[in-house]
Order: sequence, then C-alpha cells, then structure tokens
Amino acid sequence: MAVEQPLQVSPSGEQTRIHNIGYRTYDGPRLGRAYARRSLYSQSLRGAYGLGRSVKSKVLPMLLFVVMCVPAAIMVAVAVATKAKDLPVDYTRYAIIMQAVISLYVASQAPQSVSRDLRFKTVPLYFSRPIETADYVRAKYAALASAMFILTAAPLLVLYVGALLAKLDFADHTKGFAQGLVSVALLSLLFAGLGLVIASVTPRRGFGIAAVIAVLTISYGAVSTLQAIADAQSLGDGQGSAGAITWIGLFSPVTLIDGLQSAFLGAKSAFPGGVGPTNGEGVVYVLVTLGLIAAAYGLLMRRYRKVGL
Amino acid sequence: MIATESLSKRFPRVTALDRLSVDVGPGVTGLVGANGAGKSTLIKILLGLSPATEGRAEVLGLDVATKGGAIRERVGYMPEHDCLPPDVSATEFVVHMARMSGLPPAAARERTADTLRHVGLYEERYRPIGGYSTGMKQRVKLAQALVHDPQLVFLDEPTNGLDPVGRDEMLGLIRRIHTDFGISVLVTSHLLGELERTCDHVVVIDGGKLLRSSSTTDFTQTTTTLAIEVTDTDAHPDGTRAVREALHTRGVEVHEGSGLPGAGHILLLTAQGEETYDLVRDVVADLGLGLVRMEQRRHHISEVFKDSDEQQQRKEAVGHGS
Repeated sequence: MAVEQPLQVSPSGEQTRIHNIGYRTYDGPRLGRAYARRSLYSQSLRGAYGLGRSVKSKVLPMLLFVVMCVPAAIMVAVAVATKAKDLPVDYTRYAIIMQAVISLYVASQAPQSVSRDLRFKTVPLYFSRPIETADYVRAKYAALASAMFILTAAPLLVLYVGALLAKLDFADHTKGFAQGLVSVALLSLLFAGLGLVIASVTPRRGFGIAAVIAVLTISYGAVSTLQAIADAQSLGDGQGSAGAITWIGLFSPVTLIDGLQSAFLGAKSAFPGGVGPTNGEGVVYVLVTLGLIAAAYGLLMRRYRKVGL
Repeated sequence: MIATESLSKRFPRVTALDRLSVDVGPGVTGLVGANGAGKSTLIKILLGLSPATEGRAEVLGLDVATKGGAIRERVGYMPEHDCLPPDVSATEFVVHMARMSGLPPAAARERTADTLRHVGLYEERYRPIGGYSTGMKQRVKLAQALVHDPQLVFLDEPTNGLDPVGRDEMLGLIRRIHTDFGISVLVTSHLLGELERTCDHVVVIDGGKLLRSSSTTDFTQTTTTLAIEVTDTDAHPDGTRAVREALHTRGVEVHEGSGLPGAGHILLLTAQGEETYDLVRDVVADLGLGLVRMEQRRHHISEVFKDSDEQQQRKEAVGHGS
C-alpha cells in the first residue's frame, strides 16, 4: 500500500483509483444492552409485517392488515353517506367480530418471530451479544404485542376518524375509542403471549401455526358452544344460568376479553343472551387475563433460560 | 487476555471442566481437545453465559461471573453449528448482528460492508444466505463475530465441514485476524495439525483437564512427521523401497505408514528441519522418481501423547538393533 504512492495524482486530476484501505478499527460509541434490546424489538416488529424480509413473507401480514381495515372503512363510508346517527358497530365490538383474522395473524407471526431463531439456531448468537435472556424475551414479546396492537387499533382509528368526519357526537366517540384501545391493548398482550409460548416450544414453523390456531379456535368454539347450551337450558327451565355462561367464558381468550370489556369498558357482551359478567365477576376476568399474560412471560423466560447457547 | 483459575464445571452426570487453570496471552491461541473435552463449555463460561461450579475466570481483565455483558460487548463469537437464517442476505444479517452488539445504525452498515469484504464476500452478500456454499456460510459466521471490532474473538471449530482448500483459506483468514486486524483469537479444533500452522500458542485439554499449554514451536519440534509417496519407474519397479533404502544409507530413519489402505506406499519420516525436505527432494530426484506427495501429516490430538511414547520405544528398538 505504501509502495504505490496513490496520492500523487496527475495534474489533470482525472486519475482515480480504488485502493485497499486495509482493516479499520472501530472507535465509535458502543450503545450497549438497552440499545441492543431496542434494535431487536424494532427488527422483530418490522419482521411481523414482513419488512426487511422477502416479498413472499410480506403477503400474509399485509393482506390480514387490509382485511382488518376494509370493513371499518366500509362502515364509515356507509355512515357518512347515509348520515347515520351512530356507527353500525361499537369500538369494543370490532375486534370480537374480527377475531378469526386476529387469530390467523398471531398464528402466522408468532412462529415467524421465535421459531425461526430456534430452527436456524440464531438464538445463541443473540446471547453472545450484550443482551440477556430477559432482554430477548421482552423484545420479542413487546414486538409481537405491538404488531398486534397496530393490527387491531388501526381499524378503530379508521372508525374514529370516520365518526368525526360524519360529525357524530365527539365526547361519546372519544370515550368509546379510548375504551376500544384499552380493550385491544389487553387483547394484543394476551394473544401475543399465548402465541409466543406455543411457538417457542417448537422450531417447526408449521407446527407452531397449527398449534396456535388450534388453541385459539378450539377453545373459542368449545366455550361458545357450552355457553349456547347453558343459555338454551336457562331459557328452557326458566332458571337463571347466566352465572354458568359467565364462568364458562373464562376459558377462551376471546370470551375472556369480551367479558372483561363488557364488565368495565362499557361494551355490549357478545355472550349468548347478551348478558356479560357483573363487576364482581369482571374482577375475576381481569385477574385471569393479567395472570395469563404474566404466566406467558414467565414461561417464555423459563424456556429461554434453557435454550441458551 | 484470558485467565482461568482452577475453573470447574460439573453437570449432574459429567464433569465438563476439572480445575482448569490456563493463561492465554494476545495472539492466536489454539484450544485443542477431542469432542466432549470441554472446549465449548469453556467458551460458554468465558462469555459469561454459564456460571462455573467453582474457580474463577477473567476475560480482558473482566470477571466472567459479574461482567458478562461488558465482556460480550468486546468479544466476538463464532459458533460451531449453523446459525444463519436462510431467507435474509448476508448484509442484512450482519448489520442486524452489529446493532445487537451496540453499534449505531450508520456504523453498523459501514462496518458490515468492511467486514464482509475482509472475509472475502463481495457481490453475493446481497443474495439470501440460503443459497450460499458451506465456505461462504462460514465466512458470514466469521463476519458477524468480527463486525463490532472486538478485542478478542472465540472461533468454535471454524474449519468444520470445509474442503482442504476452504480449510487453508479459513486458516489464512484466522491468521490475518491477528496480524492485520489486531484482534486476538481463541480457536478450537480437534485437529492439532491445522492449529500448529496457524497459532502462536496451543492449549490442549482432555476430559476437562489441562494437558498441555505451550507455544507452537515446541509442538512442531516433536511432531513434524513427513509423509512422502513416489512413483515407480522401469529402473526402480518398487520406488517406495528404493527411496527407503536410499534414505537409510543417508542415515534417515524411515518407516512405512500402516493401518490405512494404500498406506504401504507412503513413507513416514521425522523431519529434523529444512535440510530433511532438501534431502528427500535430492534423493527422489537422483533416483529419477516422481514425487507424488510430500506433506506434513495432520496429527490427531491423541497422537501428541502417543508420539512421545512411540519415540521412546523407537529409540530403544534402534538401540537394540545396532
């Protein structure tokens, strides 16, 4: 390198060359653990919508996002066009109606987020960096929960903006919108936790997808069937078995959120008979929801402590 | 760079490390041991990922038990197994790993481009890793270990799965990591031969115990064995025998390789230095034979210890013969 005297450029100045500049050391800042955790969070969040990945992996999450938003846009368009006095659906109800789409999203993206790292053994590389087990779990959990919040809150935003454009009651809709946001935030945390716990057990993406779908749909199917039976019986013999309907509702994630929001967030329950839990019963719903979220976090921590290097 | 003091790691069934005390200075250090000798366990402890059962260890002057995070910021690690997602490009992957090491986004991009060039990946770095050859994947793994410009890098079996040419290129690259980049290296292998050529210092462990820690020049003195193979000609129908006799008259002890098919055509002799190579060349040329191969034999780790026994026996045998 010293031999070729590259700096003696001919007077014309036209002579340009590419030189091997050799190895350069890095003396810049090293931003440490918190920054690494944020980097993993943003990479995982982008990954949940296929950004920074192949075109093929963008298709499904983007499609689901559109499917989530289109009905909201149609409702708004109808409300504005017909000068309706209110939106056809409550903010809190929207996610319950669209739960199949949400389940599909978490089933496809939770394995994408964690099973890939297990399958291709990238996890040890992460742990050879400044981050710890807890940082990995928190970044992945937060990323998927955020992705789901974006998915579930975006249509609510469409509804809210539409309601304001249609000059519907401002205070009423702001309150409903806020309640809806709290509800979908809890739903995102719950679904992301369940999805990640299931997906983190298997390095096979296909198994992960099938298992998440199975857990979410089978539990919902079983619970709503049992609730319907309980409802039919209560109508038949005239005795109030609304209590049974309420307690059965604790056993599937969708009905859990439904019950919780009808007790505290002013939602109309989608339970058969439209009878949601009372405030007292609602406390149990909140405790179970928070307990499940905490349990999911705890299980993930335990899982990754074992994976290590 | 690394110092351990009666470091032990016991699992319920096995003892992976048994009161290991070693000191590793700057430069390229080879960590040799058979599979299951405790190499990977040692690296895990040194990265602060697995607590030692007893004893202590320091990396770059930082205690592994308490300063794991700080150590991992200044140290690079290349695992033995595959660790690359196939659906992203080398550039994207290494940039991400650089950020995971704490480099700001702009610096991460710049360092990634530099590092991939240094390990020998050019245009292909924009293609998904899934389509890479084993050699290219090894280079990506090496790049992600170097991208944050560590002071020390742990390479776990970097030559695994490579063909002889790939092996030599990788070993050359490892040498350059120290000489050109100024980064110290701890490289593991179960092949002593290849580490002899690359390392300044070799640490041998077996069953979690330190067997030997010395500079490579000590090793080569005792272990350089030359394997030679020659052609037959009309004048010398059995070229192998002719060479053996010719060398014998010049006072070089030659024995035939054994154990492997075709080994009868391979002669083994102990190289005393440069002059042995010249002697072999001259003898073969004088006889008019073709030299098919003359190579340093790759030693398996167990031979280091067997060899000293054998030499002892051979000396005795020679003593009896004369």
